[in-house]
Amino acid sequence: MIEIGLGHYLTLGAVIFSIGVIGIFLNRKNIIVILMSIELILLAVNINLVAFSIYLGDLAGQVFTLFILTVAAAEAAIGLAIIVVYFRNSGTIRVEEIDKLKG
Amino acid sequence: MIAHAIFFYTFSIIAVVSAIMVTASKNTVHSVFFLILDFISISCLFIMIGAEFLGMIMLIVYVGAVAVLFLFVVMMLNVAQQKNQWFAGQATSKHIPVGLIISTLIFFEIIIVIGGWKYKPEIFDINNSLANTSLSNTHSLGQILYTDYIHVFQISGMILLVAMIGAIVLTFRQRSGVKKQSYIKQISRERAEGVEVLEVQSNKGVKIDD
Repeated sequence: MIEIGLGHYLTLGAVIFSIGVIGIFLNRKNIIVILMSIELILLAVNINLVAFSIYLGDLAGQVFTLFILTVAAAEAAIGLAIIVVYFRNSGTIRVEEIDKLKG
Repeated sequence: MIAHAIFFYTFSIIAVVSAIMVTASKNTVHSVFFLILDFISISCLFIMIGAEFLGMIMLIVYVGAVAVLFLFVVMMLNVAQQKNQWFAGQATSKHIPVGLIISTLIFFEIIIVIGGWKYKPEIFDINNSLANTSLSNTHSLGQILYTDYIHVFQISGMILLVAMIGAIVLTFRQRSGVKKQSYIKQISRERAEGVEVLEVQSNKGVKIDD
């Protein structure tokens, strides 16, 4: 318990990943919170990569974390732009009312 | 070692609680604030275990850029009128148990995988480029980022460029009826189309057609 090892960080990553998945499943408010849950999932992946990189002594994990950070920023920008355009066209971003595709 | 444990548990408890609050809070603005708190505590964890550069980059990129972007969009889209409800209707609340079951299944699958996995003790010594170097984290990261990973680095720059162009193209709209200054028009005006010299006769004045 006192000795913090690799497993502690992996467990923390697993917990945050699961909370992100729960957020995607349960969210019924608006689609911005779904984007935030995706950010949480990417954050959990980053925690895993950094923990492995530190405890196994290989810097490649941190380099990949940097690239995941880049992709997450790009994804947030594009996703928010799509949400803004959708709101401008249809007037709502509630998850329930986004049913143009009749899925 | 005890300080390491104390800091780890403090920051990870803050991170987990704020992650729960991101998904559970009624107000979307509060969700964004809890997301910021989550990023800050995770970057504190990164700095604590020795990945200082990534911790600082997380602070700059996530808290400085992404979270502010989220805040702008939340405030721009006026989602405040639906803040007082967790779930929109009865029809959707039947998804809740299914989502909970799937999420806990995913969690326990990951826990089983990482819990039943033992490393050989010598794997921590093989290729340990971090332990036997006197360079700082940022220095050693830069040494491999600009040599071994230079192509991936360039491609990530291209990804950012494409994302920027895409976001601008998506949200750009040409409004009609807005009075705007056009430098091309201003510069390319000739004297002939702006000024007209008239002979003013006395007691008659000049009639300007408007």
